[in-house]
Amino acid sequence: MKENEKFQEEPGLDHLAMHELKIKLYEEHKKIRFRRLLKNQRMIVGGILTLIIVALAIAAPFLFPEGPHVMEVSERLKGPSETHVLGTDLVGRDLLCRLLYGARVSIGVGAAVAVITMAAGLIMGLYAGYYKTADNIVMRVCDSLKAIPSILLAIALLAIMGSGIENVIISVSIVYTPDVARIARTAVLSAKEQTYIEALEAAGAGTNRILWLNIAPNIISSVIIQVSFIFATAIVTEASLSFLGVGVPVPEPSWGNIVYEGKTVMFQAWWLVVYPSLFIAATVLGLNLLGDGLRDFLDPQNT
Amino acid sequence: MTDRDRPILEVKHIKKYFPIRDALGKQMETVKAVDDVSLSLYRGKTYGLVGESGCGKSTLGRSLLRLFPLTDGEIWLEGKNIASLSQKALRPYRKKMQMIFQDPYTSLNPRKTAGEILEEILKIYGERNRFERMEKCIRILETVGLRPEHYYRFPHEFSGGQRQRIGIARALLVNPSFIICDEPVSALDVSIQSQIINLLKDLQRENHIAYLFVSHNMSVVRYISDRVGVMYLGHLVEEGETDELFSDPCHPYTKALLSAVPSIGGKTGKVELKGELPSPINPPSGCVFHTRCPYATAECAKTIPEFRRVTSSHFVACCLYGK
Repeated sequence: MKENEKFQEEPGLDHLAMHELKIKLYEEHKKIRFRRLLKNQRMIVGGILTLIIVALAIAAPFLFPEGPHVMEVSERLKGPSETHVLGTDLVGRDLLCRLLYGARVSIGVGAAVAVITMAAGLIMGLYAGYYKTADNIVMRVCDSLKAIPSILLAIALLAIMGSGIENVIISVSIVYTPDVARIARTAVLSAKEQTYIEALEAAGAGTNRILWLNIAPNIISSVIIQVSFIFATAIVTEASLSFLGVGVPVPEPSWGNIVYEGKTVMFQAWWLVVYPSLFIAATVLGLNLLGDGLRDFLDPQNT
Repeated sequence: MTDRDRPILEVKHIKKYFPIRDALGKQMETVKAVDDVSLSLYRGKTYGLVGESGCGKSTLGRSLLRLFPLTDGEIWLEGKNIASLSQKALRPYRKKMQMIFQDPYTSLNPRKTAGEILEEILKIYGERNRFERMEKCIRILETVGLRPEHYYRFPHEFSGGQRQRIGIARALLVNPSFIICDEPVSALDVSIQSQIINLLKDLQRENHIAYLFVSHNMSVVRYISDRVGVMYLGHLVEEGETDELFSDPCHPYTKALLSAVPSIGGKTGKVELKGELPSPINPPSGCVFHTRCPYATAECAKTIPEFRRVTSSHFVACCLYGK
């Protein structure tokens, strides 16, 4: 072993030079990474769009401290004007105010569903892809969930649990987790056959290190894409559920139940349908751009 | 026997059978990928393992690293039989054995920089100091002929030869006693091949590492090996010092392999093989080679040939030898 140590100690660089070199290399690396971030236009546009909507949702209580439930019956079904920027609804509530408070519900549901499905789907997919026994169990459960149309399944789950925001989040998460799990599993199946995984096994790496630190970074981009879709779809699904009357109970505003209420008077008051739909579309667009950009950013080959 | 003469790694009667199962998990047949192979690796020496695709040479290399459970046999490393150890008990020994892979394009994680790939190995062996890890990796990059600024580069920014150098650096990082080289140059351009081979030779001279060099390229094996083993259908059919084996092959299969190496000017006594490699699921009876051997007799189909001594260090498994 003596000879082995010799070549490691043999200094190609002295200690101080090595230290400076390390710092220099790291600074350069950071600079390159930052430049790549700036070049990623999709991520920037998507990020800004998402940020604006989230900021509006957060700012709702400051812009409208009186809350979304104030009715002015004399002002009912008025179009956009100076006092009510986006008009008023059937019972004379300000539409902009209700849309901003509704954003808190809709984005809250979307974000919660995205986080839950990503975590659950990633865990299920990683283990199902790596272990054959887990694969048989997890994927059969996913198959049976996917066999039921998603809205129908969500309605059925809500019928069992009762309506309310938490139950909407839980049921929509259950509906979409199999999508993430399936995509993660497929990616794991191809990633685990690569020789760099074998190299780690040969080095004696534990299963957790292989799964979470080496396979997960390779599959995360396809999962992120799927999750950004799910974030957007969850907002739409929540809207559909509220529209069908099984989602968020009525006096509480959500983008879905605002449209639901507006549809009865759609031809007298177009703004009750158009503006909430625009909010939904803008959010979905922003999130999809953000997801796409994030995938490009995480892929080192994309420069 | 002095310490220096004792083999670093001794493999005795190693067997690896893969079961083939039907849809219900019932075992149908077995693939005998490696069947009763014994060999030894010595400090600073290279053992070349040759044979055609599918003869089990890569499986043998991976068996030695215990990448999958063995069917039977013993692997002696530092006075310990590691063939029967659990994966957990094996971990301290993993440091002694490393592997260089054939395809430098899939053997490096595309999401990680060269530095992260190398540091991962040090992390596995519990090196906690970040700066120490980075320093070791930068030094090892220089050892294999790369530059410190390659530390933050991603695999796709390297050429095939540079990638293979990273693969070599990864194997070298923990001062192994022996390295399994699984066709380390067959995916590279010819001009790069010689660079990598010479790098391997230099590193061996400096660090006295033993190599098990798996390849189907006879000229590369001849150049780098001290001792060569010829494999056919999971069996070792001939083994000897490189010069002796190449100048005086005794097994008909070795002769056929050697005469298949292209050369300028016709060779006399060319041995050509008929047919395909038989399936290792149902290997031929007796001598596994008799179905394709130009000299086969009725006896070959019945008796399994034993290893016979040709000279003090040259062995052959053929019924016909000496007759």
